[in-house]
Amino acid sequence: MADTASIDHSTITSTSAKSAAGPRGKKPRPLFSSRNIMVYGVLIFAAAYYLLPLYVMVVTSLKGMPEIRLGNIFSPPMEITFEPWAKAWASACTGLNCEGLSRGFWNSVRITIPSTIVSIAIASVNGYALANWRFKGADLFFTILIVGAFIPYQVMIYPIVIVLREMGLYGSLTGLILVHTIFGMPILTLLFRNYFSALPEELFKAARIDGAGFWTIYFRIMLPMSLPIFVVAMILQVTGIWNDFLLGVVFTRPEYYPMTVQLNNIVNSVQGVKEYNINMAATILTGAVPLIVYFVSGRLFVRGIAAGAVKG
Amino acid sequence: MTSNSVSVRDLSLNFGAVTVLKTLNLDVRDGEFLVLLGSSGCGKSTLLNCIAGLLDVSDGQIFIKEKNVTWEEPKDRGIGMVFQSYALYPQMTVEGNLSFGLKVAKLPQSEIDKRVARAAEILQIQPLLKRKPSELSGGQRQRVAIGRALVRDVDVFLFDEPLSNLDAKLRSELRVEIKRLHQSLKNTMIYVTHDQIEALTLADRIAVMKSGVIQQLADPMTIYNFPENLFVAGFIGSPSMNFFRGEIADRGGRKVIAVNGVDFGMESYPARGPLETGRKVVLGVRPEHVKVDESVPGSEEHDAVVDIEEPMGADNLLWLKLAGQTMSVRIAGARRYAPGTALKLGFDMSMASVFDAVTENRV
Ligand SMILES: Nc1ncnc2c1ncn2[C@@H]1O[C@H](COP(=O)(O)OP(=O)(O)OP(=O)(O)O)[C@@H](O)[C@H]1O
Ligand SMILES: [Mg+2]
Repeated sequence: MADTASIDHSTITSTSAKSAAGPRGKKPRPLFSSRNIMVYGVLIFAAAYYLLPLYVMVVTSLKGMPEIRLGNIFSPPMEITFEPWAKAWASACTGLNCEGLSRGFWNSVRITIPSTIVSIAIASVNGYALANWRFKGADLFFTILIVGAFIPYQVMIYPIVIVLREMGLYGSLTGLILVHTIFGMPILTLLFRNYFSALPEELFKAARIDGAGFWTIYFRIMLPMSLPIFVVAMILQVTGIWNDFLLGVVFTRPEYYPMTVQLNNIVNSVQGVKEYNINMAATILTGAVPLIVYFVSGRLFVRGIAAGAVKG
Repeated sequence: MTSNSVSVRDLSLNFGAVTVLKTLNLDVRDGEFLVLLGSSGCGKSTLLNCIAGLLDVSDGQIFIKEKNVTWEEPKDRGIGMVFQSYALYPQMTVEGNLSFGLKVAKLPQSEIDKRVARAAEILQIQPLLKRKPSELSGGQRQRVAIGRALVRDVDVFLFDEPLSNLDAKLRSELRVEIKRLHQSLKNTMIYVTHDQIEALTLADRIAVMKSGVIQQLADPMTIYNFPENLFVAGFIGSPSMNFFRGEIADRGGRKVIAVNGVDFGMESYPARGPLETGRKVVLGVRPEHVKVDESVPGSEEHDAVVDIEEPMGADNLLWLKLAGQTMSVRIAGARRYAPGTALKLGFDMSMASVFDAVTENRV
């Protein structure tokens, strides 16, 4: 026994002596290694490639028309002016109407908010029922919904026009909101169903044993754990509906045109000279909402995932 | 006669075309600790979920406290359940988790407080009441999960592998605690596990399951010493029982089991019926029922050579070859045999098990 102990001891000292001389701790990595230069080079190039159009747009929107006519689209403005922005918002003309984009903006807000809320509310309950309650015919219902997701919009437009006309909703905001809600349903339901299916099934079982029913489990157990997926659904719907053009043109009258349609009308108006600075400003204004949604909720999204951890 | 707390009558359950439980019958006595033991996928959780009302049965009936609950909702069955993954509501505090069911049942707040306090005291989780589940260790989480069943004041506790996610030390601690809980509460408990140590230490009776069928239902010692069939014999015990395939032979009026030229005398084996000469059988002997260099009355001595020695502290496990096959022998830890040592083995046939080679049932 004594023998083995002393042998162990000597092995320990010799290894520690060896490690003292060799590398230790954090491995040094030079900042300008060829690997770093490669990686960052590619990243910077890709970023620049995508940012360049935005740069041109911002720069152009801040120039006056005389300066634009000089033709150098990459040069920064010699004289910064915000007039194109103001004009794009408040007084750009589409045909006879010269109210700028502002009316389209408020229309889009009035379309996007209810459509997003209603579609998410319905789809989340659908997804929850499909994932956890396995009612009779659930599989058939789900299959039909998924098939619905693959039918091109264009095929459905004319039938929906007729349906809305019969309901007396054609041309109204309510009609368009209804259409957006329905078109969002398949993909959102799929999204929520998959998310709820991935939550531990035992939580649902525990809640049932605790006596909670359909709505209690939905509101008290499922909702608080589902912030991330609600944010994802919100991003999908807000950007999708805000950027929609086709449904907006087809299902509304000119006074209810969403911002995208109005942007198109401003940019494509044929009278007079093309005011590139106003067009650029109008385009950025129209794209601002989805952009802000991404920036704001992207952070919420990450926080939501971190807070949703169930197991340790 | 003690009344039955839970009775399962001819229960069948199919998932589509797959039959998981086949006309299963089970009676759990009042206040009994019953362990469902079986390998993964044999239908233990499915049976427990059926009893809990979380799965609709395909056929058969379930009675709890003599009441037919086959079509009742889980909450109306008088059961509490503890899951392997704890299944605590992550957004609620420990207190919220414990009181959720009571709030849903609209109990008065004073009653809720009383029950939560009592459960917290029994499980020693009072200091944790204000914490979220994510701020608890695995053992604490499982205690809270047990507490959630406790506050409901139920007749029957259902446990689905409650200790499987814990490390070995915590597991043995909580095992003792569950046993203590059962002794003080005297509730009926049905406990699913695939850990035979848990089963043997906790159970009043063990039901060993295989592919949706209960193979044997008996107290732990009977299961261990007198397994009903080859599956139960091989499933329980670590290391596994030693098995020898052979046939019944007659050596001048003396019945033996002949295995590759080695004879095992049958005089002291408590056979259930006559054993005809020539019948193919499997002899099973537990490692601790083989004696080393010690004569066993009525047993012949067999020569063997130690292959590998595994000292395990209290015990010493020897691996050796007999009748052309590897077997293990358990002896006291102080008795050491170096590999290569020759020794004599004596088989305690009164503690052996003999199975028919075809039906695999005990004979
Ligand atoms: N929802 C389901 N659909 C189809 N088959 C299922 C379903 N749930 C379980 N099964 C099958 O039923 C069988 C029994 O499952 P069960 O969960 O009861 O096993 P178990 O004994 O609890 O195993 P484990 O020890 O791994 O928990 C398995 O073969 C499994 O594949
Ligand atoms: Mg299981």
